[in-house]
Amino acid sequence: MDVLQIVAIGLMATVLIGVLKSQRPELAVLLSVAAGVILFLLVLGKIGSIVVVITDLSSRAGISMVYLGTILKIIGIAYIAEFGAQICRDAGEGAVATKIEFAAKILIMVLAVPIVAAVLQSLLKLLG
Amino acid sequence: MGNSIDLIFKIAGVGILVAVLSAILKHAGKEEQGHIVTLAGLAIVFMWVIQLLAALFEQVKSVFRLY
Repeated sequence: MDVLQIVAIGLMATVLIGVLKSQRPELAVLLSVAAGVILFLLVLGKIGSIVVVITDLSSRAGISMVYLGTILKIIGIAYIAEFGAQICRDAGEGAVATKIEFAAKILIMVLAVPIVAAVLQSLLKLLG
Repeated sequence: MGNSIDLIFKIAGVGILVAVLSAILKHAGKEEQGHIVTLAGLAIVFMWVIQLLAALFEQVKSVFRLY
């Protein structure tokens, strides 16, 4: 039962952060980072097997790996950026968090531009 | 797995220890040393968390093919 383990780690980390927050807020931030990383590492292996299945399905459907790779990259960037931004926001640095999110949006846009261009190209081919 | 849960307890332990030590040092009139103790605790915990973060980034990179 992985879910019990995850909930137990979360509750334990919450209590310990509550103890530390009044005395040492900077260590409380690091503790919440550690708890977040541990919780995510617990489920990352399962995400990996889901990704393998999706890759298999898309190769059977004849979808180019370029598109799937782009989508996976976008999901990864979005996750990492969200993780960092939420930690910054928890620590009371909303401005830094907003900038992290902005940068991640730009990076995602850069990755998505080739796909948009391909869509437009095929649209033009259909029209012309 | 068990190792990583140990890390949460280790960080909380360092935090409580640092809080108590700096309170004692403050009471004894040695506030500068209390600051140094705080800084040392922060540095130690930061090293652990940075290593954990590096492991996370490596895993995310390999799962989502972010090379």
